[in-house]
Amino acid sequence: MIHFDKFTLPNGLRVIVHQDTSTPMAVMNIMYDVGARDEDEERTGFAHLFEHLMFGGSINIPNYDEPLQMAGGENNAYTTNDLTNYYIQLPAENLETAFWLESDRMLSLAFSEKSLDVQRKVVCEEFKEHYIAKPYGDVWHRMRELAYSRHPYKWMTIGKELSHIENASLDDVKNFFFKFYRPANAVMVVAGNVTTERVKQLAEKWFGDLPSGEKYKRNLPQEPAQVAERKLELKANVPLDAFYKCWHIYPRLDRRYYIADLLTDILSGGGSSRLYQSLVKEQQLFSNIECYHFGSSDAGLLCIEGKLVKGTKMNVAEAAVEKELEKMKNELVNEQELQKVKNKTESMIAFEDMSVLNRANSLAYYELLGDAAWMNYELEKYASVTADDIKEESKNIFRQENSNTLYYYSGN
Amino acid sequence: MIETKPSIERRSAPPIVDAVDLELKLKPYTKYTLKNGVDVYAIDAGAEEVLSVEWVFYAGNWYEDKPLVAATTNFLLKNGTSRLNAFQINEHFDYYGSYLNRACYNETATLSLHCLTRHIGELLPVVRELITDSVLPVEELSIYQQNMKQRLKVNLKKNEFVAGRLIDVYLFGENHPYGRFSREEDFDALNRAELQAFYDKYYHNGKWVMFVAGRLPLNLESLLNTYFGDLPYHEIGEKKILTEPAAERKYRITNDEEGVQGSIRIARAFPNRHHPDFLKVQVLNSLFGGFFGSRLMSNIREDKGYTYGIHSYLQNHIHESAWMISTEAGKEVCEATIAEVYKEMHDLKEELVDDEELQLVRNYMMGSILGDLDGPFHIIARWKNIILNGLDEDYFYRSINTIKTITPEELRELARKYLMKDDFYELVVV
Repeated sequence: MIHFDKFTLPNGLRVIVHQDTSTPMAVMNIMYDVGARDEDEERTGFAHLFEHLMFGGSINIPNYDEPLQMAGGENNAYTTNDLTNYYIQLPAENLETAFWLESDRMLSLAFSEKSLDVQRKVVCEEFKEHYIAKPYGDVWHRMRELAYSRHPYKWMTIGKELSHIENASLDDVKNFFFKFYRPANAVMVVAGNVTTERVKQLAEKWFGDLPSGEKYKRNLPQEPAQVAERKLELKANVPLDAFYKCWHIYPRLDRRYYIADLLTDILSGGGSSRLYQSLVKEQQLFSNIECYHFGSSDAGLLCIEGKLVKGTKMNVAEAAVEKELEKMKNELVNEQELQKVKNKTESMIAFEDMSVLNRANSLAYYELLGDAAWMNYELEKYASVTADDIKEESKNIFRQENSNTLYYYSGN
Repeated sequence: MIETKPSIERRSAPPIVDAVDLELKLKPYTKYTLKNGVDVYAIDAGAEEVLSVEWVFYAGNWYEDKPLVAATTNFLLKNGTSRLNAFQINEHFDYYGSYLNRACYNETATLSLHCLTRHIGELLPVVRELITDSVLPVEELSIYQQNMKQRLKVNLKKNEFVAGRLIDVYLFGENHPYGRFSREEDFDALNRAELQAFYDKYYHNGKWVMFVAGRLPLNLESLLNTYFGDLPYHEIGEKKILTEPAAERKYRITNDEEGVQGSIRIARAFPNRHHPDFLKVQVLNSLFGGFFGSRLMSNIREDKGYTYGIHSYLQNHIHESAWMISTEAGKEVCEATIAEVYKEMHDLKEELVDDEELQLVRNYMMGSILGDLDGPFHIIARWKNIILNGLDEDYFYRSINTIKTITPEELRELARKYLMKDDFYELVVV
């Protein structure tokens, strides 16, 4: 059970306080309700580029990192298709430094031409490092385009192409900031060795007079139900053939999300999971195989991917995967196997919650979804999943017309 | 009259407590010795009902006579005993939601268990079985060989993987455990009997030490004695292996004709943690390239935009270390990046660091250590590092003291001693 207090400032900023006196540190986590899904299709990669610019100085503070490091703090940030998150960890004595820094960049950035110039280059190098220079690095660009026809999940957080980043202008940056980076569009969690009283006082002092801004109303194009299977073949200079298949699943708040989550664990969570045992160990068709989902807020994808053992034909590999999925659709998992994946989920949550930073991050995410308190009901939701649920959802999810398959062939 | 709130001063920073003035304590461990002489180091702490147990064997690459024998034996520990096959072993640990991992390093090789505290009693007996009765089945070996060769093929396409292997060869020589790398033919040459011999000598009859951390059950010591206190435990002789550093210092390698980035590694040999300069150079390294605000990062990423990240660090080896600078940079700016790295070395040798920057580095390092002592697993990791490196208990406090007291003059002296361009190997893989 994670305890917390919650209040909202008059400008709309939601504040959550989670006290843990066993640590000498304090954590400030600010999550903005904007991700790559909120981008214009002609200017993708912007939410992420923007995350970089958030470190380029704010209106009253020319350098963000130095004063934080001087206070013994560390920080980082990440952008996903759904949200952008910034977090600081510092000695609890210096908590006010975090308030000072974060409130100033929520007030306004410095919008420096030099910062934009440099970060455009840095992000282009990041793009190359992760998606061009790596074997199979283009898979998810292609898979997203295949699986989504309308929903903005069809592009990756890093963006569709380098040119979108290269062409970003300072005006784009300003518009983006004043649309999304407003108190009404953010959740702040302060955790660690802190008291609610002190956080309240500091929040009012530093964030109280920030203009509220207009609450962003998300209205994204919805993905129509897929009605026919889609396939794509790629050939590239990679050493091994690889198989990727994705099916549409459910939004984060849908009860069936939890069923799909356990389903991926039955198929590929650990050395005793079905796909690993059958396809890597017994049949030796794949040298590795994984099943996972993206954990996205809107309806996401469940994926199976693996590299084929040299000499294995793609159609043979695919048929063997399908055979395992047929079992999921036609036979009930036994109680022991279901209990196994529930136990695994319980211990995974316990390990994640060991770190104050993770707890702060989760509280912010659940609040963004609707209510921070939902964090405490996750286990119950997993516990309620039955063997029938698993079978029914396997039938629903693993339909050919719901599938997107990418055959990635070695060009050597 | 309208009352207005006095506006706050946003331009100047709120007062801070200097991190160097914070009291940093490393929670002491409890130590006990099992009946057979195995030492157990324990940290009882944490908010969640979880724990970790780690068995550290002196069974790393250092002790093998043929490439990959140590790593393969370690990998196959989970893949079959005379009673249980690989699937049954995995199923047992998976059922309790636990994670049983193994890892092979240069000197040591480990088994580590993470689980909910309430399940520990069900899991320890099976770990005992792995340590005393693994049979390293030949079918499991052949699957491993096949899959590892495939993985190697993919990795060899990555410039950073190739660069990481080569720079270690230049530093240590390809016959040294730190420089040795895996080739396809090494996987092919493995055979079960050699692995079994290695297992018998270094696991079943080997030398090992244990680390436990988390919310520990009251009867843990007696549990550990029950399952591990009667196993053989032998000292093993110290084995001396000399490095064979390369004579040539400068390398440019082409790995991928169509590559868009180069992997840059610049490195020199460096003594291990027992050397009197080691702790001081940790501070110099932070200033140079050890964190986001470092000279290398500020110049090469934040000013020039040549790379997504550039880092320098001292390699984490027990016998010898190396000082490494590592980055992936745009193909067309690789040479410019290297020039800037040497320019930063030059500046550290010529100019004294000013007080403000040094204070920043001190505070950053102190805050970072404080933050890293978050929870029992991090605390035991610090102790493990101290114990396995054969350092004294005071090491942690000496490192804190060095951070607090090192002077600009000392840093410049160290830069002059160690940041000599000609001592560095230089490699670009494109």
